Amino acid sequence: MREAVLEIMSEKGDEVTTAVYEHPLPVRLCHWLNAISLFVLAGSGLQIFRAFPSFGPKIPQHNLLDWPKSLAIGGWLGGALQWHLTFMWIYLGSGLVYVGYQLFSGHYRQVLFVPRDIRGIWPMARYYFFFGPNPPLTEAYNSLQKQAYTSAIGLGVLSVLTGLAIWKPVQFSWLAWMMGGFHYARIWHFLIMWAMILFLFGHLVMVVLHGWNNFVSMLTGWKKNPEYGPR
Amino acid sequence: MRSYERKFKRMNRRELLKLAPVLALGAFAVPKFREPLLKAGLGFSDWASAKLFRKGHLAPTFADSELTPFRKFPINDYDVDDPEVDFDKWTLTVTGAVQKPGDYTLAQIQALPQFRQNTRHVCVEGWDVIGRFGGARLSDYLKMIGADLTARFVTVECADDYYESLDMATALHPQTLLCYEMYDEPLTRKHGAPLRLQIPTKVGYKQAKYLTDLKVTNILERVGYWEDQGYSDFYGL
Repeated sequence: MREAVLEIMSEKGDEVTTAVYEHPLPVRLCHWLNAISLFVLAGSGLQIFRAFPSFGPKIPQHNLLDWPKSLAIGGWLGGALQWHLTFMWIYLGSGLVYVGYQLFSGHYRQVLFVPRDIRGIWPMARYYFFFGPNPPLTEAYNSLQKQAYTSAIGLGVLSVLTGLAIWKPVQFSWLAWMMGGFHYARIWHFLIMWAMILFLFGHLVMVVLHGWNNFVSMLTGWKKNPEYGPR
Repeated sequence: MRSYERKFKRMNRRELLKLAPVLALGAFAVPKFREPLLKAGLGFSDWASAKLFRKGHLAPTFADSELTPFRKFPINDYDVDDPEVDFDKWTLTVTGAVQKPGDYTLAQIQALPQFRQNTRHVCVEGWDVIGRFGGARLSDYLKMIGADLTARFVTVECADDYYESLDMATALHPQTLLCYEMYDEPLTRKHGAPLRLQIPTKVGYKQAKYLTDLKVTNILERVGYWEDQGYSDFYGL
């Protein structure tokens, strides 16, 4: 999809900057609903984990880690479950709207990692991590970004599926079976949360590095002075 | 397209305001709204759980080789491990929407067809074990006592003052047992002797131990010991 491009004239009429409409409203709404629900789900999930912080047997119990209560949401197991079972619907809802919108609008081309993006990975990695030259950007996202965002969407889908297998291991016994049963589904759900947190860490670092205009684009949709030229 | 700086700023403000619905989530930060909102969320989850429940769908069963050893089957109680039930005087007292209320002995329950199953026991805390359970189907027992099977709930009370309730669909599920055996041996005191509920389609806390009373009813005065403190009412697996 071609993004809408604006040429903005300063009030004196002596300067022209460009702005590109990168993020349609449904994407922005889903992004922030998703961000908040992910925060609540991770926090309450860790409080739930505190009730049995292990993936081994109950007898004898070997605790994997003692997650601090101050970094968890819900205060107690029942409270955390309330948060988790409430925000999972917001998470699922925003995820479905997001994916549905992307598919039907064609906007997914901006973010979906496809095979031809593979060749762009090394130049970007070289730029980010090994002081290589900055590859010219021709679209909103470079191939590494597409890879990261596509993975994050995949993690989102997996987090819902593993969560469903834990919540309903009998009604969705086939789903739990595919993950190795309830016991392993719980492990997957936990690992996927950490993978998501890892993504978030990288995402936030990049947001800081890419500056204010980039951040604002997820609020208003418009990115001023994009790194890539208007097409 | 062309625009002017001021116009562009106005448009950006407008676009920003369109995100206002997200701020509605801020209601969760207000103590006054938080509790009812979370209660509604949990209630919606329970409603969805009841919808997802399929009465003919069986919980997975396991081979004997997959069983958790009996000594490693956890004992979880809210109060005492053993409420010291007097087995000689024990009866199950039945009330409510039944044709034959009264006191039933263990022998009467054991005279019903016996079923044994290796199923997974899932605790709300997150641990799970695979155990072997034996007993009579609750559905057989409900038919024996002439229960109104269109009633909404079956409630139980326990020797340790624990209490629970079950939706009728789950009560009639073929794997829902009035359990008096574990690992082919009579139920031990700590595991709920002489009679407990064993429900592979429910989380652990719904599977009450040391049963003393059973009632068939349409009205719940209270849901269950943990539910009334904020846990899920339905918690079907």
